[in-house]
Amino acid sequence: MIGGLFIYNHKGEVLISRVYRDDIGRNAVDAFRVNVIHARQQVRSPVTNIARTSFFHVKRSNIWLAAVTKQNVNAAMVFEFLYKMCDVMTAYFGKISEENIKNNFVLIYELLDEILDFGYPQNSETGALKTFITQTGIKSQSKEEQSQITSQVTGQIGWRREGIKYRRNELFLDVLESVNLLMSPQGQVLSAHVSGRVVMKSYLSGMPECKFGMNDKIVIDKQGKGGATEEAAGKRSGHQSIAIDDCTFHQCVRLSKFDAERSISFIPPDGECELMRYRTTKDIILPFRVIPLVREVGRTKLEVKVVIKSNFKPSLLAQKIEVRIPTPLNTSGVQVICMKGKAKYKASENAIVWKIKRMAGMKESQISAEIELLPTNDKKKWARPPISMNFEVPFAPSGLKVRYLKVFEPKLNYSDHDVIKWVRYIGRSGIYETRC
Amino acid sequence: MPAVSKGDGMRGLAVFISDIRNCKSKEAEIKRINKELANIRSKFKGDKALDGYSKKKYVCKLLFIFLLGHDIDFGHMEAVNLLSSNKYTEKQIGYLFISVLVNSNSDLISLINNAIKNDLSSRNPTFMNLALHCIANVGSREMAEAFAAEVPRILVAGDTMDSVKQSAALCLLRLNRTSPDLVLMGEWTARVVHLLNDQHLGVVTAATSLITTLAQKSPEDFKTSVSLAVARLSRIVSSASTDLQDYTYYFVAAPWLSVKLLRLLQCYPPPEDGAIRGRLTECLETILNKAQEPPKSKKVQHSNAKNAVLFEAISLIIHHDSEPTLLVRACNQLGQFLQHRETNLRYLALESMCTLASSEFSHEAVKTHIETVINALKSERDVSVRQRAVDLLYAMCDRSNAKQIVAEMLSYLETADYSIREEIVLKVAILAEKYAVDYTWYVDTILNLIRFAGDYVSDEVWYRVIQIVINRDEVQGYAAKTVFEALQAPACHENLVKVGGYILGEFGNLIAGDSRSSPLIQFDLLHSKFHLCSVPTRALLLSAYIKFINLFPEVKGTIQEVLRSDSQLRNADVELQQRAVEYLRLSSIASTDILATVLEEMPPFPERESSILAKLKRKKGPGNLHPDLDENRKERSANGGTADHSSTTSNAKSSPLSFVGDLLAPASTAPPTNRPRPVSSSYLLQAPLTPIPLQASAVPVLLSAGPLFQVAASPTPSTDLLGLGSTITTQNSAPPASKGTSLLVDVFSENIAAFPVETPVAVGPVADENFSRFVCKNNGVLYENQLLQIGLKSEFRQNLGRMYVFFGNKTSTQFMNFAASVVCQDTLQAQLNVHAKPADPTVDGGAQLQQILNIECMSDFVDAPVLNIQFRYGGTLQNVAVKLPITLNKFFQPTEMTSQDFFQRWKQLGAPQQEVQKIFKAKHSMDTEVTKAKIMGFGAALLDGVDPNPSNFVGAGVIHTKTTQVGCLLRLEPNTQAQMYRLTLRTSRDTVSQRLCDLLSEQF
Repeated sequence: MIGGLFIYNHKGEVLISRVYRDDIGRNAVDAFRVNVIHARQQVRSPVTNIARTSFFHVKRSNIWLAAVTKQNVNAAMVFEFLYKMCDVMTAYFGKISEENIKNNFVLIYELLDEILDFGYPQNSETGALKTFITQTGIKSQSKEEQSQITSQVTGQIGWRREGIKYRRNELFLDVLESVNLLMSPQGQVLSAHVSGRVVMKSYLSGMPECKFGMNDKIVIDKQGKGGATEEAAGKRSGHQSIAIDDCTFHQCVRLSKFDAERSISFIPPDGECELMRYRTTKDIILPFRVIPLVREVGRTKLEVKVVIKSNFKPSLLAQKIEVRIPTPLNTSGVQVICMKGKAKYKASENAIVWKIKRMAGMKESQISAEIELLPTNDKKKWARPPISMNFEVPFAPSGLKVRYLKVFEPKLNYSDHDVIKWVRYIGRSGIYETRC
Repeated sequence: MPAVSKGDGMRGLAVFISDIRNCKSKEAEIKRINKELANIRSKFKGDKALDGYSKKKYVCKLLFIFLLGHDIDFGHMEAVNLLSSNKYTEKQIGYLFISVLVNSNSDLISLINNAIKNDLSSRNPTFMNLALHCIANVGSREMAEAFAAEVPRILVAGDTMDSVKQSAALCLLRLNRTSPDLVLMGEWTARVVHLLNDQHLGVVTAATSLITTLAQKSPEDFKTSVSLAVARLSRIVSSASTDLQDYTYYFVAAPWLSVKLLRLLQCYPPPEDGAIRGRLTECLETILNKAQEPPKSKKVQHSNAKNAVLFEAISLIIHHDSEPTLLVRACNQLGQFLQHRETNLRYLALESMCTLASSEFSHEAVKTHIETVINALKSERDVSVRQRAVDLLYAMCDRSNAKQIVAEMLSYLETADYSIREEIVLKVAILAEKYAVDYTWYVDTILNLIRFAGDYVSDEVWYRVIQIVINRDEVQGYAAKTVFEALQAPACHENLVKVGGYILGEFGNLIAGDSRSSPLIQFDLLHSKFHLCSVPTRALLLSAYIKFINLFPEVKGTIQEVLRSDSQLRNADVELQQRAVEYLRLSSIASTDILATVLEEMPPFPERESSILAKLKRKKGPGNLHPDLDENRKERSANGGTADHSSTTSNAKSSPLSFVGDLLAPASTAPPTNRPRPVSSSYLLQAPLTPIPLQASAVPVLLSAGPLFQVAASPTPSTDLLGLGSTITTQNSAPPASKGTSLLVDVFSENIAAFPVETPVAVGPVADENFSRFVCKNNGVLYENQLLQIGLKSEFRQNLGRMYVFFGNKTSTQFMNFAASVVCQDTLQAQLNVHAKPADPTVDGGAQLQQILNIECMSDFVDAPVLNIQFRYGGTLQNVAVKLPITLNKFFQPTEMTSQDFFQRWKQLGAPQQEVQKIFKAKHSMDTEVTKAKIMGFGAALLDGVDPNPSNFVGAGVIHTKTTQVGCLLRLEPNTQAQMYRLTLRTSRDTVSQRLCDLLSEQF
């Protein structure tokens, strides 16, 4: 269980310090600062063990969040909690920055009291928290309201309060994916996976019961067993099923039902929530192909040519494309020519950065650069780090499709048809690299 | 340094540094640096020439980036260019960059050396200083090679400026430290000594440091410095504090110089010349007097400087150890410091007093401070000071105050720091033994020691107690009684149980008369501790039980019952089980006579140096202990201990058939190996370490025990006699170097420390089958068996050689404890120096280990060194010995000469003993090319067209040894019809001729 939680600024000064258990002494605060923040070598591991005490940290811009424990806790749980806490703070006061933390530090202590109890994570649903931790002064609440909050927080559905009403029942569903790739110079895929999230924003009245369906292979196959015709129909209409390697759900999803019938049913919290997270490794659509060509001309010159090809429907447009071509450490000058977009040598990052605003599918573009090198007395050869790429595409590279999202509200009289639903797919690049 | 003008401000650098300082995060800093590096790279690209200012600025930036911890791999050339600038600031930055960044193997080194040379020969003192500083800062071998001759010349040149002289002296000091072989003594040495007379005190200070270092290397050359140093010292000491102006530090005249001069004087014995000696004594007295004067300033720097000089003076007094009055005065002075409020002073006082205590003049004076020291031990807050107090108590201890000191140390032990407990225990044990007037006191002390700090009592201490009790008849009864009483405590330390078990087993009969300690009570008491003890102690107790059976036949039944119980007879531990079985059978089968013989009382141990002392020396390292003092005391104690010898002789009658081996076996920490082990070479290796009587006494017992085993059908697999024998012998002579067993060896051997060095290691047959193949070649496989392959690669140059030995592990298992050492037998030791660099102790399966041997030939030699290899392969110790093919001809240097020269030399070497001739039959086919190759491989130059007969071979060369060079001429005349060769060798030394002839004739 988490013994304490500290927040530091970039200099290692403590902004927030909350100790939950006696086994964490005051010196733990300094231990982390000395051994991690001010460490001589940059500490890359998110978990550090110092004197039998474990420190789990995440960094948000210049702010360090560290959870401390002496026990053998589930590290994934701790990180999940830390991320959740970041979300909660962002929801309350926007960007996590030193300034914001200093301005809201009473609020943060209040939040910490609520979301962690004796080191055990409690309700961290922003919507629920906002009902009783407010930023707008002290609101005198009537007895009734108070008891309502108590029953809700301690009740079965802690993430949603009763009696929500909307004039328009609306539902937004975002499928956000990030593609990770490592490709050899010859175009062979060395490793690729997609990690995705389904984010739901709901404005629904009452306590609606939702059911979510997607083209998960297991579900489709199961239904296919029921009626072979349907499977054939699915194939005909181009609905490919995908194999999901693993997935996790928001606490509102009934896991027993998922285990039994593979159906995802839930009562959503009001507002935004991350409904599920998943990972796929098979049959990934790679939106871009990078073809590098590096030629060393003598000791003082290097010629680089990079071609990128977009590999999706011509009707779709990729955005925010950025290709990062690393340059040797002894680069003394660069000349770049590119057909599309803008390219620039960024000395501070030791890379040529090529940016393209928009690019349609099934197109290709190319950049060529001449890199002048300064002869060095170092015999070390340049390690040739991979070319990396960033982009955003309007489809899901894993092939995931939302098949349905049904809403039932038995008490209030609106039906599934009355709900306005929006679905959006966004595919982003994760670590998308091609060796050169 | 010239003032930095406004133009030299380097704004760009300042901006860059402030940018870096303002970076919020590490990433931002790295980005800024990358940007700057790219900028500098583009500037250094070489398109346009840079002016000196910007070059300096960029080099400065690079230097700053390097100091921030980033790698810099360019800009060296620009820095070297800066060296040739005429501006001081530019040159300085260039030198700075070079001293920080240029590594010795850089290709630029010749350029740099050139620039330095130019600066050295310029007459500009600041440039010369910069160059000298650079040499000293880099201090690499290349620098030393290039400038070792130049720097001394500058140092002693008459027209050199003072500041340059100062730098040159320090530079030379540095070169002397890094590569002493290159700084050659020459005519300059005499003139360096005279620098002590220099007007400029800075030069004198620098020169004193240099001379001190050089004097340590060759004291003879700098003997004259003593009188000069004394003169200089007396001038400083007697000067008023204002005389020396710049060199007066808080009212103390030139403290650094004084300290250095006193250090220099410590390199030499007291001066023989009476006048100088008197003057020095006067100086030292003045320094001691000054210490008594009231301080001229309250500042801590004043007293620090004064005390620094004083302590150095005291150590000089101690070093000379010749003036009783001075020694006593120093001692009194230190006595004052003992109560000083400065912890550092108290520490230093205690430390110096330790050395003073060893001097015969001041020993008594030191003793007067005993109360203060004991007080320090009790009240001092700093553990390191307490440690010094313990050292001092140990050093000042003699017969008169031993009881007090030991009692104090014992009482301190209860509260002592854990880190120094073991050392105190050792010291108490030594003092108690050394100054014991009556041994009852000694026994009491050691038992107390075990009681207070049982965990810190090492095995050596309780072994020693037993040795002493056994050797001294008069204490045996008392010891048995005390031990018995001590054991009655409900909780006692295991070490006490060990001592108790041993002593009661030997001398329990002496107290058995008392009804309170009847045999049965004794046994019950011991057995009540049995279950709480570790296996080795239990084993010892079992031996004590069997001794009881001999001593008290009335408890035989009880003990047999215990031995017969399942917990003994079927104990999971092989050692305990074996003992139980053997003892049970022994007690039930053997008659009382046999029992009495087998379980005879232990014979006295031979007198020798206390193993505890050896351990203390090992712990503290040499130097901290004062061997001369110990010698001194030992004599005194020897006088007191004459009674011991009589007891030794009275016990001499004891039978050789005692149970020595087994009773001491628990001391062996080696796990008892059950596997019957062939009497391997490892056994032979260890044999010399254990003296023969042990073997002799152990074997008969086993012989008598052997048949018993056949009847008993013991559960141990090793029922056969040979297997059993080897099991036990290997246990007793267990691993060679393990710390735990060293004492066991110590118990029997005369002087353990001497053994590994002096005893020629007996090894199995030395393998030399491939030896002759290496006479004419340098590389190849030297040795191979199913486990190990040894390959060689060697190169020789003049009298030096280097050999790479490759040990290949042919198995898939790891070799443990791998050790390879080179042994030069007898006379060879003086003729050949072979230095083996230590190698890894493990060799992985299938892997190769490389060891480098450095060889130096001192004079001509005949034998070859032996390479001993030892390693553990799957539990068994393997031993391999191989003759290393280092032969005389390896140090051959071929010489080309004309026919005329050759015959002239040939005639010169005409003396009968110089020529060796051999006629022998060819072993291989007589191929001309092969023969040529062999002679060339042998090392001599093959001379064509010298001999009138073209089928003859003629060679010439010089054998290089460190002492001499031996010219060699050889002539080989083949006779194809008779398949015979005639080989004639003429060299200037008969032994060389003979050896070379033997070596070469083997090859054809």
